[in-house]
This record gives sequence, C-alpha cells and structure tokens, in this order.
Amino acid sequence: MRKQFVKTVEAVVEQDERLVLILGDIGVFGFRNVFSKYPERIYNIGICEQAFTSLAAGISKMNLIPVVHSIAPFVVERSFEQLKIDFGYQRLRGSIIGIGASYDYAALGCTHHCPGDISLLKTIPGMNIIVPGSDRDFDVLFRAVYSGHNPNYFRLTEKGHALDVPVTFCKGAKIRDGRDGTVVAIGPMLERVVNACTNVDVTILYYTTLSPFDAELLSTTFQTGKIAVVEPFYEGTMSHDIVSSLQGRSINMLSIGVPRKFLTNYGLASEHDVACGLDVASIKTRLEVFFNA
Amino acid sequence: MISDIEIVKKLKREIIETMLPTGEGHLPSAFSIIDILWVLYDKILKIDSNNIEKDDRNHFILSKGHGSLALYAVLSEKDFFTKGELRKFARYDSRFGGHPDCNKLPGVEASTGSLGHGLPMALGMALGMKIRHMTYRVYTIVGDGECNEGSIWEAALLAAHHRLNNLVCIVDYNHSGDRALKLDDLSNKFSSFGWRVINIKGHLHEEILKALKVVDDHRPLAIIADTIKGFGIKMMENNPAWHHRGPTKEEAAKMLEDLQ
Repeated sequence: MRKQFVKTVEAVVEQDERLVLILGDIGVFGFRNVFSKYPERIYNIGICEQAFTSLAAGISKMNLIPVVHSIAPFVVERSFEQLKIDFGYQRLRGSIIGIGASYDYAALGCTHHCPGDISLLKTIPGMNIIVPGSDRDFDVLFRAVYSGHNPNYFRLTEKGHALDVPVTFCKGAKIRDGRDGTVVAIGPMLERVVNACTNVDVTILYYTTLSPFDAELLSTTFQTGKIAVVEPFYEGTMSHDIVSSLQGRSINMLSIGVPRKFLTNYGLASEHDVACGLDVASIKTRLEVFFNA
Repeated sequence: MISDIEIVKKLKREIIETMLPTGEGHLPSAFSIIDILWVLYDKILKIDSNNIEKDDRNHFILSKGHGSLALYAVLSEKDFFTKGELRKFARYDSRFGGHPDCNKLPGVEASTGSLGHGLPMALGMALGMKIRHMTYRVYTIVGDGECNEGSIWEAALLAAHHRLNNLVCIVDYNHSGDRALKLDDLSNKFSSFGWRVINIKGHLHEEILKALKVVDDHRPLAIIADTIKGFGIKMMENNPAWHHRGPTKEEAAKMLEDLQ
C-alpha cells in the first residue's frame, strides 16, 4: 500500500498545485523522483511531529492542501493534540497518512505499534477516518476526499487484501447475504473474513470509511441478533458505531481485533496475527463457534 | 488627537470592564502584551474588516491564547465587533472566550490556548506564503512560559532551515515562567537556532515599531520583548496571585484609578 500511496500522491501533486506533501523523514526514498520536480511543495520536514502537524495546519490556512506522512504512532499519538485542536477544532482540511498499522513493524517493538490510532482519532469530531483494504481502495478514496473540507486520516498497512471490491467514501459495501448473522470486515481484514466464513451462513459487510460510519447499510442489512466485527486494531474500537447503528435492537456482538495489551514480542506481523487471533484459522474458529452455537 | 499611550490606557480600562462581570480571563497577561498588540495592529498589519477574508495580506496569531482579552480589545477598537458584545465575555453564549476562537470571531486567525501551537501554525502560514509567492508577513506572540514547549523549538529550527524571513515571533518575556524553568538568555537561544534577534522594551511603542519593521534577507525574526506582567497596575505587576483572577469591584475601581 505504501507504493500505491507514492503513486497516487505523485499523480495528484502533478494535477493539483495546491497539494503540499510533508514527510516526517519517512517514505523519502519513495518520493525521490518528485522532490526535485516540486521542491516548493514536497518537504522532508524532519522528525518533529508536533511542529509539523501544526505547520501543516498553517499551510491549510493559506488555502493549500497539506498531506502529512509518517509512521502511525508518531503522526497520531505523538501529535494528537495538534490533530485535535489545529485540524479538528479549527475545521481545517488536510490528510494525515499513517503507515505501519497496528504492528506491521513487528520486529521494531511496541514503540512502532499503533493499534490505538482509530480509537483515539474517533474522539475528534469531523475527522474522516479511512482504512483502505487494498491499493485500489487507497487510490479511489484519497482522490475522493483529499481536497474536501475536513481533515482525513488514512491508515495504511503493508498487508492489504487482493480482492477487487468497488469502494465509495462514506459507504460500506455488502459482499454477500447470509441468514445466521452479520460479519463486519474492516479494511484489510476483508479477505481473511471471506476465507474464514466458508462454513457460516452470514452477511458480510465491508467498511473502509469508519468516520463517518455508514449506519444505514448496517441497519438495513442486519437481520438476526448476532454480529461479529473483525477489526485490524484494538478489539471493540467499532463497538459504539455498531451499537448506535442498531439502536433499539437486541444484539449479540463479538469483536475480533487486537487484544488490549502491549504486544511485547518481535518477529513478523504474521506471527502477531496468529498470537492476536487475527489469522484466517483463528478468525474462522471464533466465527464458527459464535454463529453456530 | 489621542496619543497611542492614551489609547492603550483606554483599552486597559475596557479590558477591566470586560472581565469584571464574570471575573474570568488572564488580566496581567493581557496587560503584558497590549502595547505590542496595539502597535502591531495600528501601524504594521494593515488588517481590517475589508481584507480579513483574503489570504494575501499580513497575518497574526496570538500563540499565547490566554492573552485574549488584549486581542479582543484591540480588534474591538479596530471595529471588528462592538464593545457591547464584548461585555458578554466568557458567558455561556458568548463568542468571546478565555482563549480566542477563529471560527467564532472575525479577526482571530487561529484558535489557540494550548501552548506551543501558534508559532508552528504561523510557521506553516509563512511557508504557505512562500509557496504561493506572496510577499506579506506572519506575526505571532508567544509567552516565555510557552517557550518551555518543545514544539516552539521544533518550529524555531524549521523556520531558520527554510529561511522564512517573513515570519516574526515576538516573545512576551515577562519572566512569569521563571518560577518553573528559567530561560535566561532567550536572545542567544533564538540566535543559536539561526534567527535574527532584536531585544526591545516591550512597553515602549517606538522600540516596538522599529523592531517590527526590521526584515532580514533570509532569517526569521525573533523580537524578545522585555515586558512586565500586569503592566500599569501597581497591585498586579509581577504578582503571580493575579495570573487568573478577576478583581473585586473595589480592586477594579483602584485599577481604573491607576489608569487615569
């Protein structure tokens, strides 16, 4: 997804002279071809997330469109107050692009993990939160929203899915119908969910825009009391949206996500998937127990 | 014609009357910066209600947002809003809060209050101006306590690196932060970060004006203003008890007397 990020932003930089790219000393090599072409609009600004987030807000105030990029914990957690006040409260446009998702940089340890980014950013009213599942998702969704009026957060991962599902900003998509319940797959979890649902008769919904949440799709497709959410960040992050969407209806909800604890091991992201119960086999087992009970 | 000194005294009286009903606001901080703000708005910025919506003009951010009472008084004097409405300061339904809000008030260019945000935002505006080949300048006032924040020094590094000579940072150096963390020679600190630095007496209008007119050929400008917190009110000057406290009616009467 990182390569697609470069490809898409390079193309938009060419087309829209308002776009200003700010890299926190991350992804610099990827953009090497456009640095010299647009030296006034592409900056390796340095490792100073708090200042460069406010700086981006200032750029936005001058009717330009900032796109800020770094590893998720640094661009979200370290500069959270700048995102909240400078972008959120002041209602400024711009895009924050975090890479690394929950634990893509598994071997680098906890300092580079960020399973809490979505929980945190959901407390900022008006911030669009987008979790693309694939390269194509990112390309479509970035182009759709980067010049809008709100701040956007894109959560990129190295491990997107390979399915080809049309996506629209603010809308979820129904992947299939089922009779025994609903599974909500968030972004990159879609392919795992589809593969895990071979023995359960469930409706599968696919969400890439998490704020604003497409409550209507969930409300109109939900049939029985059981709903499972498979989320690539802290488990339970989407609970408020799910419960609010189904207000007044009895639901039995299962959250499958990253356990709410520090992940102190290293290794590969795929090893963490297994440890967190986010590999296909673990998801399949939990869904079958839940829906076939 | 009324002198600048008299206008500032008048603004100070209005600030006292503004805060009196609720007792809210940071009175000494407002009096620390009011001379600088007045000179800036009256002689330098050339911002008025006709051009405030345009981006091709000078800009100002009050980074130390708790000095909002001074900003409101100056903007009110410049006809951005009426003095009558200002009397609703800090009430539930008021547009005027303890910290300024750019989505509520014309003339307020950034919502500040959490320290360390305004200078980096001003930096972004200055960079944005360069990108758009504009020739105006961005001014900001930070407090000395605010200079404890790391984001101030991140911004200081960035401004010098990007040669933003259109950025002016005025430090309201009233030493109120000394009780926590002494900054000592702030001039030397900014200078070592690559800024051009001018030291002034922050209540002398001639010095303020002269400094604000300086433009370096490539460096951002730091104006270290030696100020007195609560300047002009004897009972309040450099007295930390007044930092966030409103006067009683009797105290206010005494203050107004001091300002005659």
